[in-house]
Amino acid sequence: MSRASLSVTTQGSIRRRLLFALLAGAAVLTVAVYFMVLSVARQVAQESQDNVLSASVISILDSARFAGGEVIVDLPYSALSMLGNVSDERVFYTIRMGDEFLSGYPDLPEAASSLVGAIGFHSQPFLGEDVRIATLGRPISTDTGQELLRVSVAQTLSGQQQIIARISRTSVAIGAGLFVLLVLLASLIARSTIQPLDRLAASVSRRGPEDLRPVAAPVPSEMEPLVVSLNSLMGRLQMSLVRSEDFIAEAAHRLRTPLAIVRTKAEIIARTAQDKATTTGVQEMIHAIDESSRTAGQLLDHAMVTFRLDNLSKEPIDLNALATATTDRVRPLTDLKDIEISVSLGTPVLIEGDVILLQNALSNLLDNAIKYAPSEARIDIEVIKAGDQAVLTVTDTGPGFPREELETLADRFARGSNATQVVGSGLGLTIVKEVMEAHGGAMTISNSERGGACVRLSFPSS
Amino acid sequence: MRSTVLSVFLIPMMMVASFAAAFEIEDRATFGPQDGQALRIISTADIGFFEPMIQSYLAEHPDERIDYIVASSTNVMQAVQDEANIFDIAISSAMDLQTKLANDGYALRHVSEATQTLPDWAKWNDMLFAFTEEPAAIVVSKQAFNERIIPRTRHDLIEALRREPERFQGRVGTYDVRQSGLGYLFATQDTRASETFWRLAEVLGALDVKLYCCSSDMIDDVKSGDLLIAYNVLGSYVANRDDRDEFEIIMPEDFTTIMLRTVLIPTGAKSPDKSREFIDHVLATSHDTGAASLIDPALGLSQSSAAVNRIVIGPGLLVFLDQLKRRAFLTEWESAILQEQ
Repeated sequence: MSRASLSVTTQGSIRRRLLFALLAGAAVLTVAVYFMVLSVARQVAQESQDNVLSASVISILDSARFAGGEVIVDLPYSALSMLGNVSDERVFYTIRMGDEFLSGYPDLPEAASSLVGAIGFHSQPFLGEDVRIATLGRPISTDTGQELLRVSVAQTLSGQQQIIARISRTSVAIGAGLFVLLVLLASLIARSTIQPLDRLAASVSRRGPEDLRPVAAPVPSEMEPLVVSLNSLMGRLQMSLVRSEDFIAEAAHRLRTPLAIVRTKAEIIARTAQDKATTTGVQEMIHAIDESSRTAGQLLDHAMVTFRLDNLSKEPIDLNALATATTDRVRPLTDLKDIEISVSLGTPVLIEGDVILLQNALSNLLDNAIKYAPSEARIDIEVIKAGDQAVLTVTDTGPGFPREELETLADRFARGSNATQVVGSGLGLTIVKEVMEAHGGAMTISNSERGGACVRLSFPSS
Repeated sequence: MRSTVLSVFLIPMMMVASFAAAFEIEDRATFGPQDGQALRIISTADIGFFEPMIQSYLAEHPDERIDYIVASSTNVMQAVQDEANIFDIAISSAMDLQTKLANDGYALRHVSEATQTLPDWAKWNDMLFAFTEEPAAIVVSKQAFNERIIPRTRHDLIEALRREPERFQGRVGTYDVRQSGLGYLFATQDTRASETFWRLAEVLGALDVKLYCCSSDMIDDVKSGDLLIAYNVLGSYVANRDDRDEFEIIMPEDFTTIMLRTVLIPTGAKSPDKSREFIDHVLATSHDTGAASLIDPALGLSQSSAAVNRIVIGPGLLVFLDQLKRRAFLTEWESAILQEQ
């Protein structure tokens, strides 16, 4: 299985999309708040200016009286000085009686009022600057009847603009603060929203390769369909795996007996055959039969290993004893090929595990070594305790592993490219690796300095 | 130094044809090199009063030429309002008229380091800048009041005048508020501060008060003995004289009106940048502590005193310029001072 096929085509990210949506919302909200504050400030500043202008207009109107045949307007000092109290403002006013201009700035326009008797306001430029004008009229009784006295007072807007500028700066600060807060909230929300997905992914990827149990931890309702599908997929996968393992074991088992019979018959024929051609042919037949039965045996081994791994027993095992026993079992084979096998033992090293599986794994390693090593080669088995690990190393003086295939050799049915002349199924290293992983250990394969293969099994020692 | 760098021309009392609108020039002086574009200043301040400021400016800018023209406050205002006249700086003691000029858009705004460090009362709308504080004082000749108690308040003054009417008959003086912008400003501010002014006006009227256009004339007459008392005289003018020891400058203890002499840049200024430079110099010189101010510290203005009534620059000053208000005020003033039956 290559790494490329593990990668998934991704499109976008839920977290990023969520974050982006939240940030966009936050930005819109911030801008809205800024303009809201500003518009309220503008309104308040305008109203307070209008109030002062009203007070000024009213105080001028109040100072007017009719005496001695003419209208006397005794402009109160405060009427204009109050307009400069808050900020330096240019001030204009005009006083009119009917159509007659009485005093002030004759060009100053009047602000029309929407209601009779109510004060009118108007903004427009005057003498080079924008001004706010307030106008109010008051009937005055004269000799010739009632006349309307109208007073307009105008003021520049610099104070108002200062207030707005100040509040604008404040609202920028408020907006920035709000935005920062919303960004923090958004990232928190995005993270907490995505958390169940992360948890599910983590719990699935933490699992061992053989763990196909359904996901049992509670998940949010939106993820239920995904988890249900995932569980059902794993269930089907599990069933299909079990079925194929069973099938393979059954098939191997059924093949072995007929193969043994065929081999026996073939040997008899080989022994009794007269002509050389027949003998050679039958020898080749026996060789092929050996390969098939060895494969069948290993498939059975593997099925056994798989079964035992599911119900792994934990008993104390002395790694030294295990190494010695297994070596003794293969000694007839090594003698046959003139291979020298030696076991180097250190202090007693205890591990926990399934003795049958470990024996099987070690015999597989030794089988491999014997099989691939030439005559008169050496196989060294060494047990040492390195730190909190128990390490068993098998080194031979054979051809070693092909360098470029070190990574993939432990995969099921993979065989070294230099092993085509040798009987083998490619299951040996797979079995070793699975057994080691089940014991919480690891298998490392490499080539020794002399060129031979070196397999290192490390266990957590008990 | 002056002989090498500066030359002074005095052209007193003349009508200058180069001004589009003819107005009365009281005095004129040119400072600095003869050639080149002059910075033209129109001012109500006497040359002698303002010259130290010009000299200190020229000491830093020896290449500049300054044309200094003295006119009455009303003429200063008219000269600035008439766009045909080109002045780079307008200086006046009539704060109300200066305020009106600025308010009506005849002044350029000016913001600089020097203006930003000014206290709030010394600037208005970045157009008008105050560079002196000058009290309206009662000035008497020390000789004339040799043995007598010098009045310290308006109330004391009224009492003194009433006690010896024959002695003071025709020998008291004050501004003619119809002619003098500053006199009008002082009088109107007096009425705002206290009703005493009208009582005093009645008493002055009864004593056949002499009316003047200018502080300096009044001071001269006090010196010559024609006047025993001058009311609402610029104390700063007395303090700047060489013979100031002959005078008693009385800052009335009931309240002392303080005029702020103000400067502005007319919109028609030919070289506003030079104007700004000059104004910055004036403000720095007059407002920095330790710098030589135009006002003699001997005037002893205690800023914290409750009696000090500093006139506030602002739209309030426009009130007494209102034609109805002015007419009413002058009517009342004339009836009190002139007492024509």
